[in-house]
Amino acid sequence: MSLGSAPTLVRPIRPVLSRGMLGILVLMLAVLAGIVIGETPLSLGQVGRVLANSLWGAGYAVDPVDAGIIWSYRLPRTLVAAACGAGLALAGVVLQALVRNALADPYLLGVSAGASTGAVAVTILGLGGGAIGISSGAFMGAVLAFALVALLARAAGGSPAHMVLAGIAGSQLFNALTSFFIAKSANAEQARGIIFWLLGNLSGVRWPDVWLAVPATALGLVICFRYARALDAFAFGTDAARALGVPVRWVQFVLIGMVTLMTAVMVSIVGAIGFVGLVIPHAARFIVGVRHLRLIPTAALTGAVFMILADIASRMIIPGQVVPIGVVTALVGAPGFALILIRNRRES
Amino acid sequence: MRIETFSLGWSSRGRRIVEDVELRIRPGETFGLIGPNGSGKSTLLRLMAGLLPRAQGRVELDGRPLATLPRGEIARRIALVAQAADTAERLNAREAVELGRTPWLSPFAPFSAMDEAIVSDALEAVDMTHMAERSWSTLSGGERQRIHIARALAQRPRLLMLDEPTNHLDIQHQLALLRLIAGLDVTVVIALHDLNQAMRCDRIGIMDGGRLISCGPPAEVLTPERLSAIFRVGARALTDPVDGTQQLRFHCLEDHL
Repeated sequence: MSLGSAPTLVRPIRPVLSRGMLGILVLMLAVLAGIVIGETPLSLGQVGRVLANSLWGAGYAVDPVDAGIIWSYRLPRTLVAAACGAGLALAGVVLQALVRNALADPYLLGVSAGASTGAVAVTILGLGGGAIGISSGAFMGAVLAFALVALLARAAGGSPAHMVLAGIAGSQLFNALTSFFIAKSANAEQARGIIFWLLGNLSGVRWPDVWLAVPATALGLVICFRYARALDAFAFGTDAARALGVPVRWVQFVLIGMVTLMTAVMVSIVGAIGFVGLVIPHAARFIVGVRHLRLIPTAALTGAVFMILADIASRMIIPGQVVPIGVVTALVGAPGFALILIRNRRES
Repeated sequence: MRIETFSLGWSSRGRRIVEDVELRIRPGETFGLIGPNGSGKSTLLRLMAGLLPRAQGRVELDGRPLATLPRGEIARRIALVAQAADTAERLNAREAVELGRTPWLSPFAPFSAMDEAIVSDALEAVDMTHMAERSWSTLSGGERQRIHIARALAQRPRLLMLDEPTNHLDIQHQLALLRLIAGLDVTVVIALHDLNQAMRCDRIGIMDGGRLISCGPPAEVLTPERLSAIFRVGARALTDPVDGTQQLRFHCLEDHL
């Protein structure tokens, strides 16, 4: 009897676990690719030895230049790319569910624009007189922008459509402010640097950025998981969610706070990278459907892998030159999004 | 489950939508709410389900104030089928019904065999088992309505609130729904437009201008005088010769039949 009933208990868990393992394997392969592929070609053996030395002091003989490239440059860069892709994808999943609009992403709701403005205000205007870091500046900008957008949406009526319209207005306003600060105060060199940074750039990423980006995304992932069922319940609107026992205002507060924090962290490290938060959730829905317990890990994983690949592409497209990663994500993201739109329509 | 309201009211932009409603719903009864368009039926239902902020007065469930109960606990007791709730998500019918299990599941607990069985039963009860895999966007208005009702059933509530649930349903499914509700072992509060359907309730309340103006057994409440005063129609009760039940026949007040 116990033998007979055991498989029915195990069965639903095993595919979830094996899919999870597959996902982690894919992610690790992508990270490895991110380390191996680059202007300086490195072999898997070199990478393995450097990682073994650094992680548990294996003591292999390695070229210190290679070791530096692998450990101090490519690994943190790849890890931040993964965290950033996963974080932005999660932000998109959450906003699309809460706002009930397929267009919602941190970009559209003004969070990215606000974070950019905050970062630029700190770096170019010297806001805070050096006491505020670029990340804190980006975070304050993101919070301010989102608060403004939320207030405007509420004043306009509070429907999901109002939220999107208010987000567009907010984005435009903060992008204009960013341009204004640049035009007013930056010299040519600074302006070029800032514009390059705004388009997304992982070149300057080092270990301290990893310790900011990875925990932020990990926290976001845990919080998203915690509220996965609540996000499902938003499918028929806030009233229906409330009737299903979801403490709507609390969930909105926690999740939107988390999205704002994550977006601000990502923008402060790599600049405003578009399209990931919009396209990846749709792609993930296409793979595993709309239920958030499956959608959240899938979107995070897809986002992480996509961003690592985009970063590799940004380094390799033009030899000797780094194309801003935001350009790559949009170049791939826009046609990808178009494809999803068309296939969705065909199916329904 | 007993639900009571004490001088319950709600205003929006200075306009009183529901005013001073005193209602005692007894455990197990089917209570019909009727009234003209805009009389406050839907708002009263939402107030009684605790969905509206800034309510005046209070609602009590088995003697406990609704406002002090956590949301999840309310949702394990009360299910509401609102009017025309829609989604752009690419859910299928079964997934929409599965949402009804939300208040019973902890954040990480997987769906148990019992949850699956409850969802299957709910789909069966509204005659939608054969469409369980159909995507929401391909369902008709009536099919969506039946899925909403199945979702509420999957919630396993002790009090079921339905806001004009027979809208969009063909006559077969209207009768099937009313029969289903009559057979449930729960308290039911149902807003209805069809006064003949309301005749089947244990008691009915008439809403007009946000107030509950009359409450009692259908035959006592649905008098021709009241129907003409509130609904602006004339009515006569006809008796079915087969089983002796009464049906109302309506006509315009101007046609002096």
